[in-house]
Amino acid sequence: MITVKDLNKDYITPHTRIHALSNINLQVEKGDIFGIIGFSGAGKSTLIRCLNRLEEPDSGKIIIAGQDITVMNKQHLKLARRKIGMIFQQFNLLDAKNVFENIAFPLKVSGYPKNKIKQRVEEILDLVGLADKAKSYPLQLSGGQKQRVGIARALSNQPDVLLSDEATSALDPQTTYSILELLKDINKKLGLTIILITHELDVLKHICNNMAVIEQGKIVENGSVEKFFLNPESDTAKRFISILQGFQANRSYKEGGGI
Amino acid sequence: MNDDLLELLFTGLGETVYMVALSTFIAFVLGLPLGIILVATEKGNVLEAPQINKALGTVINAIRSFPTVILIVVLLPLARFIVGTTLGATAAIVPLSIGAAPFIARMIENCLKEVSFGKIEAATAIGADPLTIIIKVLIPEALPSLVRGLTIAVVGIIGMTAIAGTIGAGGLGSLAIRFGYMRYRDDIMIATVVTLILLVQGVQLGGDFLANYINRKRYKFD
Repeated sequence: MITVKDLNKDYITPHTRIHALSNINLQVEKGDIFGIIGFSGAGKSTLIRCLNRLEEPDSGKIIIAGQDITVMNKQHLKLARRKIGMIFQQFNLLDAKNVFENIAFPLKVSGYPKNKIKQRVEEILDLVGLADKAKSYPLQLSGGQKQRVGIARALSNQPDVLLSDEATSALDPQTTYSILELLKDINKKLGLTIILITHELDVLKHICNNMAVIEQGKIVENGSVEKFFLNPESDTAKRFISILQGFQANRSYKEGGGI
Repeated sequence: MNDDLLELLFTGLGETVYMVALSTFIAFVLGLPLGIILVATEKGNVLEAPQINKALGTVINAIRSFPTVILIVVLLPLARFIVGTTLGATAAIVPLSIGAAPFIARMIENCLKEVSFGKIEAATAIGADPLTIIIKVLIPEALPSLVRGLTIAVVGIIGMTAIAGTIGAGGLGSLAIRFGYMRYRDDIMIATVVTLILLVQGVQLGGDFLANYINRKRYKFD
């Protein structure tokens, strides 16, 4: 479904050149939920933003649904983007539009038949569990509800792929859980391929099947989520796991567990 | 007493309102596209074109460098060419519009830049083209601050018409200079100033009301 080949991206600052991504290779199967984890500044956001060319890669190939994203001209890219949904940490909803209009926006942009927009929006509102909020404005909603609108907006055009750029990082644990459940549900119902980046182990553990670890712009580990937890190889993976274990040990000590 | 006061005042107010309304309208029509171009052509934005951006910015700065009274004098030949005279309120509208347009362009630029870039990115990721992003995202999202900015511009233009009034444009500024100052008519001076104060208060109130109304509709309270 998605193949990334030898992807490179540098940021040039006045004093130095930063290798944000070097020789990234990834393979994501159709219908998979694929997690990319890394510490802040590792390049995970740059990577996911290259997939729909919100960031322009310097070299390499990105093939989504059989099409090479990297060689497309503007017009072609615009059409391809309509089949790649994206959700954001800060939701990025339009405050001037109500929930219905926010979700209808991608449909209008892509020239969806006008008389069918209402039906499609209602369908998708049902899917994300916000059927009663169609007339609300984003500023009236809680964080979790906003992200549901973000998901609905990303899905309205029936994309092949959903990119999630830290979609749960701004949410509390309970809301995070409900958003993850929703993503899982959508993945099952629609067979949607989901790529998500995160720095939360719980997110990986909860919904991902496969994952990659990114460290200083390089993929240092790649495989199933079980392998990551059972046998972490890379430095980043080991640090993530040891932090998790450290917290757990600390807690059992405080609560007297295991003594 | 001075039974000519009210008549003079109403004529002056009429001329001022006429100048302000038309100059604001023309300056807005000129300034809106310029402001949008300033934002859209910026590096990293939807129609990135740094050279156009820089060139436009320089021209706008140059026009804004002129003191109002000098700009009006410089543009008098243009006013004569367009409206056939250099005297009166209609003639003043030409230099006033041209003088205010760059100011409005900068104001619009500022308002549009307040829209978080994430919203533009979200629209880009949806597959919207630049024009759609400008019309459906940037302008509606910035609308309340555009209204506030325009209010500031109108108040500024009221000030500019007073300056234009001192060199033959008519209006309240002219009244204050010709009668209040040159003929020592303190009553006219005071009446003019009070009228201007009321006019500016009214404009500001109207602008605030409209901006708040839009915000309330979107459930944004400040």
